[in-house]
Amino acid sequence: MASARGGEVTIRDLSKSFSLGGRQLAVLRSLNLDIRSGECLVIVGASGSGKTTLLRILAGLERADGGAVAIDGREIEGVGEERAVIFQEPRLLPWLTVLGNVAFGLEVRGVPKADAEKRARFYIALVGLAEFGDAYPRQLSGGMAQRVGIARALTVQPEILLLDEPLGALDAMTKISMQEELARIWNEENVTMVVVTHDLEEAIYLADRVLILPKEKGGAARLIEIDLPRPRDRSESRFVRYREELLREFGLH
Amino acid sequence: MTLQHIERPIGISGHDGGNGFGSEALRLAGRTSARILSRYGVLLGFLALWQVAASSGWVNAAVLPPIDAIVAALWKGLAGGGLLGDIAISLQRAGLAFAAAVIVAIPLGLIMGQVRAVETALDPILQLFRQTSALALYPVFILLLGLGEASKVFVIFWATLFPLLLNTISGVKEVDPKLLEMARVYGARRLTIFRRVVLPGAVPSIFVGLRLGATTALLLLIASEMIGANKGIGFQVMNAQYNFQIPLMFAAIVILAALGLIANQALVGLQRRLCRWSSTVG
Repeated sequence: MASARGGEVTIRDLSKSFSLGGRQLAVLRSLNLDIRSGECLVIVGASGSGKTTLLRILAGLERADGGAVAIDGREIEGVGEERAVIFQEPRLLPWLTVLGNVAFGLEVRGVPKADAEKRARFYIALVGLAEFGDAYPRQLSGGMAQRVGIARALTVQPEILLLDEPLGALDAMTKISMQEELARIWNEENVTMVVVTHDLEEAIYLADRVLILPKEKGGAARLIEIDLPRPRDRSESRFVRYREELLREFGLH
Repeated sequence: MTLQHIERPIGISGHDGGNGFGSEALRLAGRTSARILSRYGVLLGFLALWQVAASSGWVNAAVLPPIDAIVAALWKGLAGGGLLGDIAISLQRAGLAFAAAVIVAIPLGLIMGQVRAVETALDPILQLFRQTSALALYPVFILLLGLGEASKVFVIFWATLFPLLLNTISGVKEVDPKLLEMARVYGARRLTIFRRVVLPGAVPSIFVGLRLGATTALLLLIASEMIGANKGIGFQVMNAQYNFQIPLMFAAIVILAALGLIANQALVGLQRRLCRWSSTVG
C-alpha cells in the first residue's frame, strides 16, 4: 500500500553553498540519497551541516547549486502539490480560526470552502483539537498551535511531509507526547516523512533511517537503519544502544 | 475588558458569604462608584474647579466663563440651530477630504508596500512632501485653487494623506515573511497571497493610519476655517472670539472635541469588528 502512493525521492549530486562575508561556504557537497516511499527519514547533523537547507530544497523553497531532486521520477521545480511542509513555528494566520487555518491550504489550491472545511474538520479531530475549531491562534498553547500546523499540512493529503524541527520550540513534556502523535499520524496516514531534528532521541523514536550530515569538508553523510519494533520504547536496551551509536557519530561519546 | 469588570465584584462576593443581600448590593454600588471615580475623578475635579473659579470670581469670568454658561451657549447653538449649519459644513469639508485621502492612500500604500520599484520611485518625493508642513502650503493651495471650498478640502486631504499612506505601507511591509512563505508552500499565487495574507495582516496598521488621519483631518479643518471662511466650527471659534462671545467660543471648542472623540470611537468600533482575532485593539 505504501509503495502504491508514491512519494519516492531521489537526490543526485546535490550541492549548495552560501556566500558568507565574501567566503563560499559549502553546506551540501554532492549528496546522493534515495528516500523510499512511505518511509520516515530523519536528518540530523550539527548546526551548519545543511540539514534545514536540504529540507528547504526538497520543499522547493530554495534552489540547489548543482544536482537534482526527483519525486517519483519527475524532477522538481519549486513547490509542488505532492509536498507539504511543517515548520518549527506553527505559522498560523492570526485572523483565521483553527478551522480556517487548517482549511487554508486546500482553499488556496482551489478546493471549495465547504469541501475544504469538511476535510479540515477530520484532521482537526485527528490531532485532538475537535473542540477548538472556532478558536483563534492567540488562544492556543504552543503545542496546540503546532498541532494546528500539522493538521493543515495533513489536510492537503501530501505524499511527502517535510518537517523542519517541528517540535523544536516545545517544552520537554509536550515534545514527548507530540513525538508519539507524529509516529501515530505517520503510521495512519501512510505518508513519506522527512524530519529535520537535532534531538537524537526524537530521531530514533521516529525514524526508519537516520541520515547524519557531516560538518567538516570531505566528511561523508551516513545512514543508520533503525531496526526497532513500533511503537518504540525509549527505555529499551537497543534504543539506548542506537542513541550511543549516534552520539559516537557526533564525537560525543 | 468590560466583561471582566462586571465579573470581578460578583465573583469575589460569592465566597465571602454571610453578608446580607443589602450590604452586598451596597458594596457593589460602592465599588461601581469607586471605579467611575478612579477613571473620571480628575476630569470631574477639573470641571468643578473651573466652575467654582469662574463663578466665584477667582478668574475673570469674561475670559473663562463658568461651565453652565458654556453649556447654555452650546444648547442655544444646537437647539436654536445657529451652530448646526457650521457643523454640517465642517463635517462636509473634513469628510470629503478624509474620504479622498482613504481612496488615494490605501490603494497607493498597498501597491507601494508590495512593489519595490514603485516605492523606490515615489519615496523621495513623498518624503519631501511629508516634511513640508501642510499649513505652510495652504497659501499655495489658495493661490492655485482660490479661497473657496476646494483649497480647504485640499489642504485637509493633503495632510491626512501621509499618516494613512505611511501606515498602509508599513502594514504591508511588516507582514511576517514566514506567513508569506507558508502560503507559498501551499502553492498560493501572488494575488492569492496578497488577498489572503498581506491584506488582512496590514489591517491593524491601516487602522492606526485611519485614526491618525482622522485626528489630522480635524486639526487641518480648524486651521483652514480660521483663514478665509465665513462658516464652520473653526470659523465660529475665531469669530466668537473677535466678537467677544466667549461662551459661544467655548461651545464651538466643545463641539470640536466631541467630533474628535466620536470619530475615534467610530474607528475603534469598526476595528473591533474587523479585527476580533487581535487582542491589541485599544
